[in-house]
Amino acid sequence: MDMTSILFAILFYFATLLFVVGLLYRINTYARTPAPLKIPTTPAPTSKAGVALRMAREVVLFESLFKANLWTWSMGWLFHASLVLVLLRHLRYFTEPVWGWVAFIQPFGVYAGLTMLLGLCGLWVRRLFVERIRYISTPSDHLMLVLLIGIAASGLSMKFVAHTDVIAVKNFFLGWMQFGIQPLPADVPLYLHLIMVASLLVIFPISKLLHAPGVFFSPSRNQADNPREKRHIAAWAQQLESES
Amino acid sequence: MADIAAPAYRIIPIIPVLKPGAMEGVKSFVASDKINEALGFPGHLVDDWHDRAIARMGELLSKYRSLRVYMDACVHCGACSDKCHYFIGTQDPKNMPVARQDLMRSVYRRYFTLPGKLFPKLVGARDLTREVLDEWYNYYHQCSECRRCSVFCPYGIDTAEVTMAAREILDSIGYGQKYSNEIIGKVHKIGNNLGLPGPALEDTLQGLEEDVKEDTGIGVRFPIDVKGAEVLLITPSADFFAEPHIDSLIGYAKVFHATGTSWTLSSMASEAANFGIFIGNYDQLRKIALRIRQAALELGVKRIVVGECGHAWRVAYSFWNTLSGVGEGADQNDRFAQMLQKQLDHRYKQPMHICEFTWDMIGRNALSFDKEANDKHIITFHDSCNVARGSRMGDFAGGQFEIPRNIIKAVANNFVEMSPETIREQTFCCGGGGGLLTDDLIDLRVKGALPRMEVLQQVVDEHGVNFMATICAICKAQFTKVMPIYGFDRRMVGGVHQLVSNAIILGDK
Repeated sequence: MDMTSILFAILFYFATLLFVVGLLYRINTYARTPAPLKIPTTPAPTSKAGVALRMAREVVLFESLFKANLWTWSMGWLFHASLVLVLLRHLRYFTEPVWGWVAFIQPFGVYAGLTMLLGLCGLWVRRLFVERIRYISTPSDHLMLVLLIGIAASGLSMKFVAHTDVIAVKNFFLGWMQFGIQPLPADVPLYLHLIMVASLLVIFPISKLLHAPGVFFSPSRNQADNPREKRHIAAWAQQLESES
Repeated sequence: MADIAAPAYRIIPIIPVLKPGAMEGVKSFVASDKINEALGFPGHLVDDWHDRAIARMGELLSKYRSLRVYMDACVHCGACSDKCHYFIGTQDPKNMPVARQDLMRSVYRRYFTLPGKLFPKLVGARDLTREVLDEWYNYYHQCSECRRCSVFCPYGIDTAEVTMAAREILDSIGYGQKYSNEIIGKVHKIGNNLGLPGPALEDTLQGLEEDVKEDTGIGVRFPIDVKGAEVLLITPSADFFAEPHIDSLIGYAKVFHATGTSWTLSSMASEAANFGIFIGNYDQLRKIALRIRQAALELGVKRIVVGECGHAWRVAYSFWNTLSGVGEGADQNDRFAQMLQKQLDHRYKQPMHICEFTWDMIGRNALSFDKEANDKHIITFHDSCNVARGSRMGDFAGGQFEIPRNIIKAVANNFVEMSPETIREQTFCCGGGGGLLTDDLIDLRVKGALPRMEVLQQVVDEHGVNFMATICAICKAQFTKVMPIYGFDRRMVGGVHQLVSNAIILGDK
């Protein structure tokens, strides 16, 4: 077995481990931190079912962003929706036989790769050229977009410029999932693509990408508006009552 | 003060060009040793402020999920960047909500995240230096905690929560604000924000009874400390003497009179305002709220009704049940809350907004009005930020928008709305909320009122509007002060119950 394939396999074990452990740790922190006061941004749903619907609209349609700014909304939504399709399309590298619906979305997944790139570029243009957005941007904000653009572009290049032996890539990952190392095609675009994806996995739990789990824990969005009907009190606040 | 001028209206309300540093020198007065110590805070900036500030921040991160999530989740998308009235009015980029949050987020990253510890420049992390601390003080006292930004944030990040945390940290190291802390001291010492002692209050109320009698010929009462009354009214102390607030107090009294409701004020809890929320201090928030609990228990009332005050209604509606048990739905074994909840009459909302009370009575045909008495007014309604985005009225989401409007339409004939992107949940703060209603911030207050003044001017020009109703003591005080600077008559502002008072028919029905 060539050294590169082994290194990539190790890299992905390492990155996946950090991603999963890091994310679980963060989610656990969010879940365990109390929300002592009722602070839904009103008007808010008055029931749990209503909250689920509000959250679904927020996560699927980016409702608040839509109200805020159509440019950011359209580019942001295009990128995220495309990313979902692209990720689902990639399931074919991890399943054998490939599930029917995954086979079905393959062509759409390719277009999604293009629209994902378009969305990312739109967001970057905004970050670069709108004065107040440039003002609030840190170097990492730009680099995050560069990384995602790099992932999309290197992926697309393997489809449209120089084909990679995708059967071999699939064998590599099927083997990787069972802790058996298979040879990875020696292609520079593939190497770049995989290194950038691994970086993204590592960065995820320690960066602003935490907005993904964070939104579900945001008290202004996930609380039902029922403070008069139900007494809500955190454990540390209840303690004050026994002291006094 | 004489040289304060209003900023020009934007011809098209586009997003302003940035003027970095425009407001960096604007610093609300710092509290004296005496003021701070009265609240149990260090008198002045402690020597080891750096370590204590970071420790306090760590503590808040573990006690408040809001702060924890909001520090991590922001992606700098800029959705909020043009939504703050202070940014629009001052053009200072640090008044963009995201930039205001970043003043703290940069420090959070430096001390609490791995990338910030390793590569501070890359992720915009900063050490907490004295310069940064001063920047915190200045810009976290240029936020009115109005939550408009949180409406537009895709993750619901609420800058108010960050501002509150920052002020809490500043207080804990002896760097508090004079205005808010002094007022909280008065509440504890005397019972209300204005420092109006009991006897003075009784005099005032007696005077009011005489005035109303002279005016209407009817003996409308303004009772205080009456044990066994049905309703305890908790209202901002400005209602007792400030103009135009007092006209709404007369309105509440007339509604109680006309509906035959026995009611009382409390000299101990003669204040609805709770500035504990402004400084983000849970203990203060709770202590101030407990006065109302105590008054309710001592007077044995069945219902608690809250007067026209924005943040007070947020605290009452959203927090009272948590802080003091005014509400319902406490556990059977929750002895603290049950003590009060057993006493209250749960056929009614607890607590109830005076607008809910009046609208309910209108619905029961218990009130009648001479709408023509308000014909001199062409009325618009300014939604107060804390009512709009931090509370509710009635049984359905958005009742806080409908009920006050319904009352206005029930007591007056001429009502028009201001521009739709400036009302309801998208309403602009008056510019004086959140502990900023102080003369040392008048420049900021005038500039922060700009977006509201622009759309008010529109309805004045197009519909001849001459009265802007609102249900917040701070809105009323702020507008009467800044509107003349924009060329409006200060008497254009008033309460919803002022309109009720004008039109209500007392006596024989």
